[in-house]
Amino acid sequence: MVILEIQDVSLQVNSSLILNHLSMEFQAGYVQAVVGPNGAGKSTLASLIMGLPDYRQHTGDILFEGKSIKNLNVDERARLGITLAWQEPARFEGLKVSQFILAAAKNKDKKEVDRMLEMVGLEPARYRSREVDKTLSGGERKRIELASILAMRPRLVLLDEPDSGVDIEAIDRIFEAINHLKQDGSTVVLITHSPKVLEKADYAFLICHGLLVDQGETTKIMEYFRGKCLPCPHQNVPEINSAAVSGGIR
Amino acid sequence: MKEDLVEEILESVNLHRSFNKNTPHLIINANEVLSSHQVEGLIMEPEGLPDGVKAKLRVKEGVKIGSPVHLCFGLLPERGVQHIIMDIEIEDEAEVSFMAHCTFPNAVDVEHRMEAQIKVGRLARYSYFERHWHSDEGLVKVVPVAHIELGEGARFSTEFELLKGRVGLIDMDYRTVCQAGSLAEMKARIFGRKDDLIKIREAAQLQGEGSRAALITHIAVKNQAQAEINNEIIAEAPLARGHVDCKEIIQDNGIARAVPVVEVRNPKAHVTHEAAIGSVDSKQLQTLMSRGLSEEEAVDLIIEGLLS
Repeated sequence: MVILEIQDVSLQVNSSLILNHLSMEFQAGYVQAVVGPNGAGKSTLASLIMGLPDYRQHTGDILFEGKSIKNLNVDERARLGITLAWQEPARFEGLKVSQFILAAAKNKDKKEVDRMLEMVGLEPARYRSREVDKTLSGGERKRIELASILAMRPRLVLLDEPDSGVDIEAIDRIFEAINHLKQDGSTVVLITHSPKVLEKADYAFLICHGLLVDQGETTKIMEYFRGKCLPCPHQNVPEINSAAVSGGIR
Repeated sequence: MKEDLVEEILESVNLHRSFNKNTPHLIINANEVLSSHQVEGLIMEPEGLPDGVKAKLRVKEGVKIGSPVHLCFGLLPERGVQHIIMDIEIEDEAEVSFMAHCTFPNAVDVEHRMEAQIKVGRLARYSYFERHWHSDEGLVKVVPVAHIELGEGARFSTEFELLKGRVGLIDMDYRTVCQAGSLAEMKARIFGRKDDLIKIREAAQLQGEGSRAALITHIAVKNQAQAEINNEIIAEAPLARGHVDCKEIIQDNGIARAVPVVEVRNPKAHVTHEAAIGSVDSKQLQTLMSRGLSEEEAVDLIIEGLLS
């Protein structure tokens, strides 16, 4: 079942076309990756799906469970069950980890904080009273952000570069959290240029310069991505016309 | 009668269930001392004035007061003036912490003035946490003025919090002179609404070698509230260190102004300052909204964090 459909979406910022007639279908309950070199438009796509204010002036449409969400604000989309984990999570001076997690949580029981922290491999006694600020490392903040997302029990999660700025232990915990999300029935969209993250996906979309270049089973896309995109030999100008690409998990 | 007033004052600051009469304390309503309790080494000498109370507080040399001293200044009527004059001396190597509550729960037109002279002796420690409880609609004028002298190696910290109810007018002026190796830390956290006016002046003069000061002010203003923060550190001695940190969030038609003054008169001294004034950070806002909070809920939570 399609949970999210991107229909012929284009986005121009100043004179640059960031997304170019992009059409994609994301299937419910799977881990799917949007992969591509730096500057391909991956994070822009995630921001646009989330409805962030600077990414609302696009053409085309976005359907969530068959209904257009184009005119919905960020919080309205979130209340439908869509959420986004930023590549560089925000810092909140003075806000405790427990407050941050509970703000998002469906279950407002304080025990939920400990449960979520344990799920991302952070010891509750050490973290629940800390502030979500610069005293936490990038990896810790990523895991705390993920804990808040787990507590939200979302329908669709966009994870933007989940491995960026984190150590090996943290990335393993993040991968475990992705498994939890999938087991809970969430649809996970990984935004990445990392083959290691791409491996975790059931299905992948390759985009380049705002165009959909290819899509298919992860192994197929991985082969293409590793062979032709790392490093990018044509400076982010796709070789393949997106018009030829169609499909999705069936 | 006095017991009823004590109960009413404690209830207004949410301490009526937890307050222990055997802890050192001083509870004042208007110009009347309702209750007090001293412990070994702590001397409190309150004296009524026509419009308030004058009190001497002394902690004897080397005495460490184990539990916080509760100070409660209340003015229960809707209108009135309360003038508090404090003369505080913490003798050498003594240690004390104060938990102060100022409560004006029924205020319609109330003025609370405080004048304090505070001496913290050599290697002594003094910490003072002050929370204000104001009514939601009334006008309260709060005018605290303090002159603080820190002896060698003394540690002084004060924290002022006014988050619930209307500020009305607050016009604070704290000045500290720091001798060698001493440390002064002054924090204020205030939330202004409607046409509240917040004026803060905090100054630290680092006279002694290795003395340090941190002036930290976190303010939020909404509606038509205004804030003006003047923080000043003057470093005169070698190895003196100071930092001024002022963060203000404005919403609606609020106005915030920060005037940090840092002056260094010795090449081996160092003072820094940072000031950030503006609306709520958009990334913080979007993060919380992407978890399902409305914009208003997200802003409230961000401000709660800043002022925590």
